[in-house]
Amino acid sequence: MQLEKIAEALTCQSLTDIDGSIEVKTVVASDGMSEILAFSRPGALMLTGLTNIQSVRTAVVADACAIIYVRGKRPPDNVLGLASEKGIPVLMTWLGMFDSCGILYRMGLKGAM
Amino acid sequence: MAEELLSREFRVRGKDFDKAGETSTEIKTILKNLGIDPGLIRKAVVVTFEAEMNVVMYAAEGTITFTLTDEDICIEVADDGPGIPDISLAMQEGYSTATDEMREMGFGFGMGLPNMKKNSDSFKLVSEVGKGTTLTSRIRLDSHG
Repeated sequence: MQLEKIAEALTCQSLTDIDGSIEVKTVVASDGMSEILAFSRPGALMLTGLTNIQSVRTAVVADACAIIYVRGKRPPDNVLGLASEKGIPVLMTWLGMFDSCGILYRMGLKGAM
Repeated sequence: MAEELLSREFRVRGKDFDKAGETSTEIKTILKNLGIDPGLIRKAVVVTFEAEMNVVMYAAEGTITFTLTDEDICIEVADDGPGIPDISLAMQEGYSTATDEMREMGFGFGMGLPNMKKNSDSFKLVSEVGKGTTLTSRIRLDSHG
């Protein structure tokens, strides 16, 4: 499924340059970075409520295709700067983690475990 | 005897959360530029990142030594932290001594050490209470990424 379609379903706001044509197959969602490192597949879409610099570093290490910050959280500028530098698209949704995951699951996306 | 192709040493400062993870991403770039298999890179960098975060969270200072040979990627992380009194307990998934502050950083949920072991082909942890901890992880180049 294309990132563009996911962004529309979660009424996301883009916080960096986004390539909407990125193909998403799996999703990993957690505020625990070790969980993301342990249970994601390369190319997974990462959903989190953690907005510090480690969230982007985790996405880099886990080879996430993009990050969506949930609960209307907007990371600080230095975090967005690092994401841009590393080529990781960043979006934000006002929806919570549970609702975001539920919507994506209903759309046919699977977990990354 | 394995032939050493590249070795780099990085210093990691404790409590420096802004820089935490920089070394891991740098190692990722080095391995990527060398054309190493992406699956192996991911394993090596997950190990390094988890270990780097442990140094930042628990120690005043640490060293990450990254060595590439024609057989494996070796990551050795040594710190001057408080040490681990019971290694087998620390290796259990879910066991954690992390503070609330560490958990707010997204770490300290008892996944780090098991995660490092899972991504390593060989994993050795040596620790002395009051002196520090040294871990050595090896990822074979012929292992499936």
